[in-house]
Amino acid sequence: MSFDYHAPRSVGEALALLERYGEDAHVMAGGTATVLLMRQGLLRPGHVVGLRAIDELRGISRTGSGGLRIGATVTHREVERSAEARAYSSALIEAFASVATVRIRNQATVAGNLAHADPAQDPPPMLAAFGATVNVRSPRGGRALPVSELAVDHFTTSLAHDEVITEIVLPPLEAGSRGTYLKFLPKTADDYATVSVAATLRLADDGTIAETRIVLGAVGPTPIRARRVEEALRGRTARAVAEAAALVREEVDPIDDARGSVSYKREMARVWTGRALARLLR
Amino acid sequence: MTTHRVAFTLNGAARAIDVPADRLLIDALRDELGATGTKLGCGIGVCGACSVLVDGELLSACLLPAIFVDGHAVTTVEGLAADGELTATQDAFIRDGGFQCGICTPGQLVAATALLVEHPRPSPDEIRTWMMGNLCRCTGYYGIERAIGRAAGMT
Repeated sequence: MSFDYHAPRSVGEALALLERYGEDAHVMAGGTATVLLMRQGLLRPGHVVGLRAIDELRGISRTGSGGLRIGATVTHREVERSAEARAYSSALIEAFASVATVRIRNQATVAGNLAHADPAQDPPPMLAAFGATVNVRSPRGGRALPVSELAVDHFTTSLAHDEVITEIVLPPLEAGSRGTYLKFLPKTADDYATVSVAATLRLADDGTIAETRIVLGAVGPTPIRARRVEEALRGRTARAVAEAAALVREEVDPIDDARGSVSYKREMARVWTGRALARLLR
Repeated sequence: MTTHRVAFTLNGAARAIDVPADRLLIDALRDELGATGTKLGCGIGVCGACSVLVDGELLSACLLPAIFVDGHAVTTVEGLAADGELTATQDAFIRDGGFQCGICTPGQLVAATALLVEHPRPSPDEIRTWMMGNLCRCTGYYGIERAIGRAAGMT
């Protein structure tokens, strides 16, 4: 590691630095991923633009419409301890509390987690299941994009080099909507998941499933939306879960590794999708 | 590479050092400030041997750029018994055999101290969940869990 460190006080200053140093600059928030990547030589920026001193990137608040706004440099533990986040959904808390250990969660930030685009991370599937969007700024202006369109491959996002995530916005939950996050950890409690399932579900007045959104982690190059399972459940009841969950086996795209073979992960995706849905329909 | 002045308190004492941008807190503590109680284990934030408190929050010194503690209060294992008297947690680790070879013990003590601030009467589950990131290669976990329970006045 050998770099110049810059600590801008505003997003505008940060963007100016990214513009000035171009590809030789890299953004750092909490630093958990960036420090490791730099120490392993996988990332060799000449300039690191730190976001920690930027006040406008902090804080968690409810939006006027009942949604939730999370500042880019909010740590995982700040989300865990936030009354606003808990009031939005306890499933959101579960997803953030599932990440690694207390130490990592005290340092790692919400936007850093998303920008790192590690497909085995816990928060991205949950944020995608809630239909969250990220607001992004660059020297060319701002834009919003769904969390589900952020990761495009292993550790790769659709963000341009000079774009900075400024906040994550979760839309208001529809009445009766609930969420859950389940993580299958057959090895150790602080491991990455073999498969994780984030799901939200809303029942219609007649007790059938009006809408469900299911996003799986650790079983593909990005979080995987289980659209066929979702479709198969629309208008149905808990009795349809077993058959619908089986469809997820062909939707996921896992790799063979120490956490299981491809066929095992497909099967575990089915099992844990079924469990997540059962939990939501209990 | 840029150099940065980092002014902070270490175990209650004001310190100021000039560090290159890439200096990690673990190296600043051990190599520049003589605070060798904090151990370097895995170096990738997994094992917990380098656990320290920054403004009371538990962090891995091996992942934390030293420049991040500018203006903050760092507590290492040396700072737990600041007045020369062992804390209840340290005392409990001794009484209950909360260590074997001892290399992980500074990190275990710092992590346990943070746990008992957040959960003064932790359930066994809370102890295990909180402490799971502090590895003991001697697998002396029962003694550690027992010691934390004693420190919390639960046994």
